[in-house]
Amino acid sequence: MTQAQHFEYLLRLGDNALVLGQRLGEWCGHGPVLEQDIAITNIALDLVGQARSWLSYAGEVEGKGRDEDAIAMLRDVGDFRNLLLVEQPNEDWAYTIVRQFLFDSFNYYLHDALRSSGDERVRAIAEKSLKEVTYHLRYSSEWMIRLGDGTEESRAKMQAALDDLWMYGGECLVVDEIDKAAAEAGIGPDLNLLAPMVQTRRASILEEATLSVPSNSWMQGGGKRGIHSEYLGHLLTELQWMQRAYPGMEW
Amino acid sequence: MSNNWPLWEVFIRSKNGLSHKHVGSLHAADAAMAVENARDVYTRRNEGISIWVVESRYITASSPDQADSLFDPANDKVYRHPTFYSLPDEVKHI
Repeated sequence: MTQAQHFEYLLRLGDNALVLGQRLGEWCGHGPVLEQDIAITNIALDLVGQARSWLSYAGEVEGKGRDEDAIAMLRDVGDFRNLLLVEQPNEDWAYTIVRQFLFDSFNYYLHDALRSSGDERVRAIAEKSLKEVTYHLRYSSEWMIRLGDGTEESRAKMQAALDDLWMYGGECLVVDEIDKAAAEAGIGPDLNLLAPMVQTRRASILEEATLSVPSNSWMQGGGKRGIHSEYLGHLLTELQWMQRAYPGMEW
Repeated sequence: MSNNWPLWEVFIRSKNGLSHKHVGSLHAADAAMAVENARDVYTRRNEGISIWVVESRYITASSPDQADSLFDPANDKVYRHPTFYSLPDEVKHI
């Protein structure tokens, strides 16, 4: 695995956490009830913390003197390597939960596997993050079931969100040359081995939530290569505004 | 939404050896959600290692009107406090 590929692989891990953390942060002060406002922003903070670890290590691997702040705040859309799924807008609570569940059901097994990475730093970050990610999966799974198997209205909203977001749920499991190189170098897992576990978990929660798996099996992709939906630019505008307007500002 | 959810009282044990202490209340649809909400609302800063929740309606409280008859009689019974014993200096944690 080349240094550039190693860097890129770490960016994917960091950008997923950063972008989803920013998305969830948008709920701050707007949660459906006080308790969930706190819960979802708590998860946002977990993710921002994880992003910090990944991106800080990515900067070291890159070797150009960039720290995690420079990487997070001063890159443009095309340089981001997060999944399309995590940049999709919050819309409502149903979308937020479905997006979270689709991500968590992948992220959990990814982190579990990264604990046996041949890269010591990756192993350490994964070990620390897995506790948080385990809770995230439990949280989003319970909400999937609660709302899916809830009232007629909540079920309809969840099914609509699932139908819309489903096509973004497959990108995480599609192997490209970076994933392959990471697996061959023993840094990351073989995604083909994760796929059945992710799919089984998704199927069992959807069944318990009485939601039907969308028939559409065509999956969107591109985020991992830097080809993003229109939403990411707007998200970055808000995330990076301060550093762009006042370069080098600290507080 | 929260209007439909019952109120729960939350008790947190801050560390082993201490008892659970009432810390506040919150709304949740059921017990499982109440524990999760309590985790997020009341233990974000490392406040606890164990959570109890109980629906508020199951708590029976003493009536403030009866405070006189319930608590005042204990006022003048100083002999119920172990304040007449002198303790050796070696004894700690009393």
